[in-house]
Amino acid sequence: MAKNQQSKHDIEHSYLDMDLLRFTTAGSVDDGKSTLIGRLLYDSKSIFEDQYEAVKATSKKRGDAYLNLALFTDGLRAEREQGITIDVAYRYFATPKRKFIIADTPGHIQYTRNMVTGASTANAAIILIDARKGVLEQTKRHSYIASLLRIQHIIICVNKMDLAGYDETVFIKIKKEYEALAVKMNITNVHFIPISALEGDNVVTSSKSMKWYKGRTVLGLLETLTIANTGNTDAARFPVQYVIRPINNEYHDYRSYAGRIAGGVFKKGDTISVLPKGLSSKIKSIDFSGASLAEAFAPMSVTFTLEDDIDISRGDMIVKTDNQPQVTHDIDIMVCWMTDKKLQANRKYILKHTSNEVRCIVKEVNYKVDINTFDKIEDEQIIGLNEIACITIRTTLPVIIDKYSKNRNTGSVILIDENSNVTVGAGMIM
Amino acid sequence: MNEYHLTHLKELESESIFVLREVAAQFEKPALLFSGGKDSIVCFHLARKAFAPAKIPFPLLHIDTGHNFEETIIYRDNLVSKYGAHLIVASVQDSIDTGRVTEEKGFNASRNVLQTVTLLDTIENYKLDACIGGARRDEEKARAKERFFSHRDEFGQWDPKNQRPELWNLFNGRKNIGENFRVFPISNWTEMDVWQYILQEKIEIPSLYFTHERECFIRDEVIYAHANVIPLKPTEKVEKMQVRFRTIGDISCTGAVLSSASTVEEIVKEVAATRVTERGSRIDDKRSEAAMEDRKKLGYF
Repeated sequence: MAKNQQSKHDIEHSYLDMDLLRFTTAGSVDDGKSTLIGRLLYDSKSIFEDQYEAVKATSKKRGDAYLNLALFTDGLRAEREQGITIDVAYRYFATPKRKFIIADTPGHIQYTRNMVTGASTANAAIILIDARKGVLEQTKRHSYIASLLRIQHIIICVNKMDLAGYDETVFIKIKKEYEALAVKMNITNVHFIPISALEGDNVVTSSKSMKWYKGRTVLGLLETLTIANTGNTDAARFPVQYVIRPINNEYHDYRSYAGRIAGGVFKKGDTISVLPKGLSSKIKSIDFSGASLAEAFAPMSVTFTLEDDIDISRGDMIVKTDNQPQVTHDIDIMVCWMTDKKLQANRKYILKHTSNEVRCIVKEVNYKVDINTFDKIEDEQIIGLNEIACITIRTTLPVIIDKYSKNRNTGSVILIDENSNVTVGAGMIM
Repeated sequence: MNEYHLTHLKELESESIFVLREVAAQFEKPALLFSGGKDSIVCFHLARKAFAPAKIPFPLLHIDTGHNFEETIIYRDNLVSKYGAHLIVASVQDSIDTGRVTEEKGFNASRNVLQTVTLLDTIENYKLDACIGGARRDEEKARAKERFFSHRDEFGQWDPKNQRPELWNLFNGRKNIGENFRVFPISNWTEMDVWQYILQEKIEIPSLYFTHERECFIRDEVIYAHANVIPLKPTEKVEKMQVRFRTIGDISCTGAVLSSASTVEEIVKEVAATRVTERGSRIDDKRSEAAMEDRKKLGYF
């Protein structure tokens, strides 16, 4: 239980070049997601003594036969009482190589929207499959969501191998079953690991019971996955978030545009266009907190000043003139529906896209996706909670878009109910 | 790593600044909750960077329990005058005097819970529509469930089982009249990140975080600062100890740790080697297993 002082010591010295990997976990109810995360935290020495003692005491009080690792992540009272995960829980740990942010998401069908939430910012997804049950409906749903959200890496953990006699043939059968599925969903970059989260096999340390597995452990893989870094290749995008105008004599005529670069690289002197109007100018300076930068890249938060005095406000987008996004009123999106109130043609919503908010109307529900077969169901016009559909929408004002497959930031939207103000849909631009 | 790559601290900084700018853009009357603790200090620093060279476009709000460490107030006032920030102080004592809350009695009395009423009253009085807080998800299990933009109903309550989904970087701050938001820009930071950032950015912090000699006593294995607001039990002995504070809150619910760390570098080393969580010395969390969740539902920070 002693914290690994050596590794923490390294962290303290190497933090200036550590990077950040965000991953999510998904799978069916009782597949052991929380246990896996508990195991990752526990075996990587990221659990503190008081947390450990609290979990040990609760575990004992509940009469658990062994230390219930899931208690490290289930935070809400109802979750502890029912022994399930209701909402996304975020967890943090670091090794000398990397800092990790985990979104532990629920397996219950009514909380699928939370899986989408957790997956939307993830670089990698761990999907658990119970070795005794194989690929289930939720596995397909979650894999489909992971592929829709274009999570870069998918790690299939075949869990509870201890209950399947650590049998290689069980693992291979599930691997084959999943690979057939992955082809249908165009998922590449799939990694398979046989584990027992409960016993700790292949989570942080290699399994002694599965010598037939020669690959990396879960942590070993997470530490070495490449994080997409498309700064060089992505089109340069800068949604204007906020206009900065200091009210003092020193900065009398200063006006800068604040935002977070959504893609690519901007350099001082670049010729840019301001959309949707299409006015052009040059970047005069890239400023950040009193310093002037020669260039800036995604996902940096910076401010730009321009050579020309043009009218720019929140919702506009600064892009490099030689590679422009589409400016349009009509968008096709793949939407994941997140509320009981049905989605159907002619309903009106608020569309939020980068720093822009516009009203929109659903022109047409093109098809619903059957998440078991991935078939398009073209005669279904009404979309319910947790369903996925391709829809066409028309906006009142132009939006400045890229395809989601090109850029997660400029290719994603949310739909908001005009009355309740609740986020009701997550959309990826096609 | 190639040239277009951010370190984890730079990426966290960029994310937090993005969130702070969203607050300024989406809300009419936001405020930054400022306790004088390291997390709110980091938020203040991030806000200065976010809006430079302009001033921070919202006031600081200090919910003053009256049970402060003197060092915190000195630090707060210096900060405000140095950067010309606008400070609102809302006093728990006023809430007591006007009968809004009743002071707890007994040896373990604290004004920690009472703060919620003062905070909610202040939100209403000033018509604040967003309060920015320095809470982090790694601090506590109920906080691990928080969104960046956390919706509060007209009673200021948090409904953890029915939170808005938060996707990509699209933060939905839309609300009906009377509702408001809590926003947590450093949600994704850990205690270690905060200290490394303070080190990297050379941020000034209150002297309480560094080792000093102080009159303390021990109760339920927690080291308390000896102060008028905490009555001693007959068996409790005051003695001089070499301590520092890992978190800074109300004097009656903040435990000290024995430490010889006198620089930020030494604190980073100490944090790296520590085996208990920082809230392990927060008495307010120890009242029950769901203490934080219960307080948060009612509108606590």
